[in-house]
Amino acid sequence: MPKTIMTVDDSTSVRQMVGFTLKEAGYDVIEACDGKDALSKIDGANINMVVTDLNMPNMDGIELIRNLRSNPKLKFVPIIMLTTESQSEKKMEGKTAGATGWIVKPFKPEQLISVVKKVIG
Amino acid sequence: MIDAHRQAFIEEASELLAELETTLLELESVPDDQEIIAKVFRALHTIKGSSGMFGYDDITMFTHDIESVYDYIRQGKIKITKEIIDLTLAARDQISIMLLPQGAGEDVDIKMTSKIIESFRNISNKVNKDKDQTPKIEDKSAVEITSKENFSSKTYRIIFKPSRDIYASGTNPVLLLNELYGLGDSISISKCSDIPLLENINPEKCYLSWEILLKTTKGIDAIKDVFIFVEDECELKINEFDTDNKLSKEEDFEDFRKLVYDLADLKEPDLQNLILGFESSSQQNDLLHNNFESKKTKEIPQTHHEADTVSSIRVSADKLDELVNLVGELVTIQARLSQIALSNMDPSMISVSEEVERITWSLRDSALNIRMLPIGTTFSKFKRLVRDLTKELGKEVELTTEGAETELDKTVIEKLNDPLIHIIRNSIDHGIESPVEREANNKNRVGKIQLSASQSGGNVLIKITDDGKGINKDVIKDKAVKMGLTQENSDLSDSEIFSFIFAPGFSTAKKVTNVSGRGVGMDVVRRAIDSLRGTVEVSSKLGLGTTITLKLPLTLAIIDGLLVKIEDDNFVLPLSHIEECVELSKADIEKSHGRHIVNIRGEIVPYVNLRERFDINELRPEIEQVVIADIKGMRVGFVVDSVIGQHQTVLKTLGKAYKNVEGVSGATILGDGTVALILDIIKLAEKEEFEEKNK
Repeated sequence: MPKTIMTVDDSTSVRQMVGFTLKEAGYDVIEACDGKDALSKIDGANINMVVTDLNMPNMDGIELIRNLRSNPKLKFVPIIMLTTESQSEKKMEGKTAGATGWIVKPFKPEQLISVVKKVIG
Repeated sequence: MIDAHRQAFIEEASELLAELETTLLELESVPDDQEIIAKVFRALHTIKGSSGMFGYDDITMFTHDIESVYDYIRQGKIKITKEIIDLTLAARDQISIMLLPQGAGEDVDIKMTSKIIESFRNISNKVNKDKDQTPKIEDKSAVEITSKENFSSKTYRIIFKPSRDIYASGTNPVLLLNELYGLGDSISISKCSDIPLLENINPEKCYLSWEILLKTTKGIDAIKDVFIFVEDECELKINEFDTDNKLSKEEDFEDFRKLVYDLADLKEPDLQNLILGFESSSQQNDLLHNNFESKKTKEIPQTHHEADTVSSIRVSADKLDELVNLVGELVTIQARLSQIALSNMDPSMISVSEEVERITWSLRDSALNIRMLPIGTTFSKFKRLVRDLTKELGKEVELTTEGAETELDKTVIEKLNDPLIHIIRNSIDHGIESPVEREANNKNRVGKIQLSASQSGGNVLIKITDDGKGINKDVIKDKAVKMGLTQENSDLSDSEIFSFIFAPGFSTAKKVTNVSGRGVGMDVVRRAIDSLRGTVEVSSKLGLGTTITLKLPLTLAIIDGLLVKIEDDNFVLPLSHIEECVELSKADIEKSHGRHIVNIRGEIVPYVNLRERFDINELRPEIEQVVIADIKGMRVGFVVDSVIGQHQTVLKTLGKAYKNVEGVSGATILGDGTVALILDIIKLAEKEEFEEKNK
């Protein structure tokens, strides 16, 4: 059974790109446009991994990570955050909140896949 | 496929840029609003983040410096100034040029680009100096894919002891080890000495640690990259073995394996032996076969999955136009079906045809609805225009908008852009006075222009109101007389005088500016609105201001019409203008002594005899019909032989050959396949009036 990855980003084009890349690589993808959306969609779904942007309206990435980590079902799910190099503090904040790793934007599809393989095999 | 993504990116980026513009303008009035600053930052951030992914590296580089300035602003280290907003707006324009495909009109002005970047750097450098910031932490990309194949093969000893809580960050150490094994040939030993008694074990903690021998050509950076996400959460030691110092002693492979198993805790000297065996290639193969923990990364099956459903999709406008065209055809065919069903008098067929009619109508409504857009997107563009123009002309103007949510057909909105620009330019240049002049006239320094949209029936009204000096009727009339548009002594109503400003080449501006005075503009407005089947009206009070009202049909493709007949020819009049139909008998004509007027309930209404206008030289019937229409607030009649009834009309243009025919706006195909001309009754009435006056 293919693994399911949730991508959370307020930018449609990034979401599309990430989603397409992951689907090409054989993963199932669930898309969400911000933290709130992600939480509502994650309920009941069997998620193997989350890729989230940090800067989003409604609920940002950091808060989403905290929320996910407090859910017993998702306690150990790998979470990758999308950051830009100007956000090193954010990156630390994300790590503390429980993120598994990060990808620096902009990234190429193959970089994304290599990170995904790194955390969920 | 990548192109499709790129298209999506361009569309999204354009939206973001539009949003950025509005937000910046908003920010100008409330410079301390954290929420708005965050919005600007987010827009820049997203543009920067996604542009790099779609190959727009120039945008990424360009946006980077702007983003950092806004990051400082967000942190309160810099205050928003007018300069920053000006710069950002300029940068926004620059980015939108960069988005265009190369060679598509404008080229990126490199000087401009570097100037903007320079200015932004200066701003952020100031902060760096002021606050004596610690040097920026060098961030290394987690997944640099640089080939380091030129490294000669080296052997490393890696000690990896993850923290107890490593699972809590979603990390699976086994995957990291697998990745490590993928770098080259390896052997590893798990050390279990830290595992507590069963009763004390917490299954959510990690008690294991590993020692790995790895022979790889990828270099130490590749190994560090494996652990990049966890380097803060584990004890990690990576040592390189000195491979020059080879021992000549050949070890038996069995012994070697035993050695590995026996060694609970590897010591450096023993390892020397171990490596030696490890580096001999034949044994290395055995090593792999012996299923030591040497592994290659697994191949992920390449299967493609169906796209998830999303709540909205982007469709190119062409496809929508195609849909609307097809619906148009369907409406035509359906009319034909209804007619056949009715003439056959077959009840079962009539019921089917009615069903088809009902569905066709809802299909038509939804198809047209898809193309409806709120006019607000156009409105927000004008904020920028007003801002730039007022700066240029040394005036102070505030633009307010109302009814931005009013929906209009996409094609109408697109064609509305230029006329509105002309009107607003005119208002700022001619209408609004300079601040000094305004104060002298007891007016607020800041002029006001209001842009409002509202729906009335099948039309949308767009009003552009300014509180400037208004239009001086006498000046307009003098000019009109000079241009030969009217006679000095003619008695004209206000709206007639004002309509002269739409004449080609009409300008009362004393000097030609960049903005107006060339006399092109208002006639362009008139033509554009005419082509949209709309009308323009001007009202003005000297000293108080001017209002220009545009009345536009909701949609262009399909109109409700009134089908009429003259002899054997069918004509369609746009129903939105029509008020009533009355009879006209021979006796009525005789009573008015041949003049084209009809008495309706005591009111005198002029009419146009379409039979005469179209030179249909047959005998007039005893009783004719007059269709009374409302044309620019006046009641005007159109005489026809008979009125057939309401008819849904799919507008087809007449094509280039007939585009200069006056009084006909298009044609349509009726249920029985015949063609009916759609009449432009406004033009017809105007022409009649003009000819009547010049008799």
